[in-house]
Amino acid sequence: MKHYDLIVVGAGPAGSGAAIEAGRRGASVLLIDENDRPGGQLSKQIHKFFGSQEHHAGTRGFIIGQALLREAQEAKVEIRLGWRVWGIFPDGSVTAANDTESVRFHGALIVLATGASENALSFPGCTLPGVMTAGAAQTFANVHHVLPGHDFVMVGSGNVGLIVTYQLLQAGANVKAILEAAPKLSGYAVHAGKVRRAGVPIMLQHTVVRAFGHDALEAVEVAQVDDHFQPVSGTGSVIPCDTLCLAVGLTPRIELARAAGCAMVWSGPLGGMIPRHDRHMESGQDRILVAGDLAGIEEASTALDEGRLAGIRAAFRLGLISSAEYEELRTQAQERLDRLRQGPFGEKRRLAKEEVWRA
Amino acid sequence: MSEEHDIVCRCEEVTREEIMEAIRLGDDSLDAIKKRTRAGMGFCQGRTCRRLIVQILSAYHHMPPDHFLPGSIRMPIAPIALRLLASTVDGDTDDPSKT
Repeated sequence: MKHYDLIVVGAGPAGSGAAIEAGRRGASVLLIDENDRPGGQLSKQIHKFFGSQEHHAGTRGFIIGQALLREAQEAKVEIRLGWRVWGIFPDGSVTAANDTESVRFHGALIVLATGASENALSFPGCTLPGVMTAGAAQTFANVHHVLPGHDFVMVGSGNVGLIVTYQLLQAGANVKAILEAAPKLSGYAVHAGKVRRAGVPIMLQHTVVRAFGHDALEAVEVAQVDDHFQPVSGTGSVIPCDTLCLAVGLTPRIELARAAGCAMVWSGPLGGMIPRHDRHMESGQDRILVAGDLAGIEEASTALDEGRLAGIRAAFRLGLISSAEYEELRTQAQERLDRLRQGPFGEKRRLAKEEVWRA
Repeated sequence: MSEEHDIVCRCEEVTREEIMEAIRLGDDSLDAIKKRTRAGMGFCQGRTCRRLIVQILSAYHHMPPDHFLPGSIRMPIAPIALRLLASTVDGDTDDPSKT
């Protein structure tokens, strides 16, 4: 069996960060991802990031992803794309398959950075062609350069809903409305401003109740919701559209962590059930570290620094850096993370994270 | 497929009515509902419907969602052809110093 010092599952920002930091310090690292291109969600993000220079402000997401790939290659990380991990075992072996073979690898340590999946809604007509997640529409438009429809309705005013709306507009689509079940916007005002200036109405306290169509989506019925998110009768209206995008949050992909025996904790602000972990990204299962959206839904920049933290921790556990070096690097990474977890949105995540560390 | 059906598990085409019926019959966990209705046993292995079913259970029993999570998760955690699963081989050992 092929042995590695570290196996990293997931080549998004968190997994890439972990692989780069451990690889740079001399660890033999295998980085595995089920997708054909590295970068995770970064590979679809055509917008420029904001924040500070240390977090690639002003650089488009997919360019950051390409830069991470180069850094990983320079750090001598072995990268396997198109390989889906299907098992993980107490002896440190990890099994992964592509279309033609299934292979077992062994890692002294394992970083799980499996990310998140998009939440669904269920309503009559939700399986009609034309109803898709916002991430699916973003993949169509930004990766494959195909618009999946002409007239869109977006459900959800979080940053994903707002950013994908803007990118669909840039690609020439007509976005008729953004529906938000909550009484206020859930994403950043700067993103909301861009779509509002482009003339897209944001309908607060509204949701989709039904989708219509024969062979594909033709219209959606939307309605006002009360404080318990229940539709108010008599408020329904019909919006003709051929594509309905759902941007209603993300759920950490805990399957592999669970299969590895990691204990789980619930954190509403971090997206639901996540593997318990400490500030070193250790899960409590001896070989297993976790990072990124798996360890709580945040942003790409946060995921990258959490991944770096996990990679530094792995290097320390492997004896490649001293405890003094580790402590210095950990403090730097933690300070960057603290800066990212500021403001009304970040503060809530920082407190939730600290609660997880104490769990 | 009728657009009137409110499908919760799209892989196995299990409707909200079927989930509700299972709950009324006494199924009070993700696993019990899965065994009766097949919800969560399809291609995506519950990644789409798990959260929706937990919402339904949570509303019905007036319990927080974490009471019903995570449910049982077993390997293989991703769909894989049985012929590949059965022929899993050890990764190559092209670097003898590492073996």
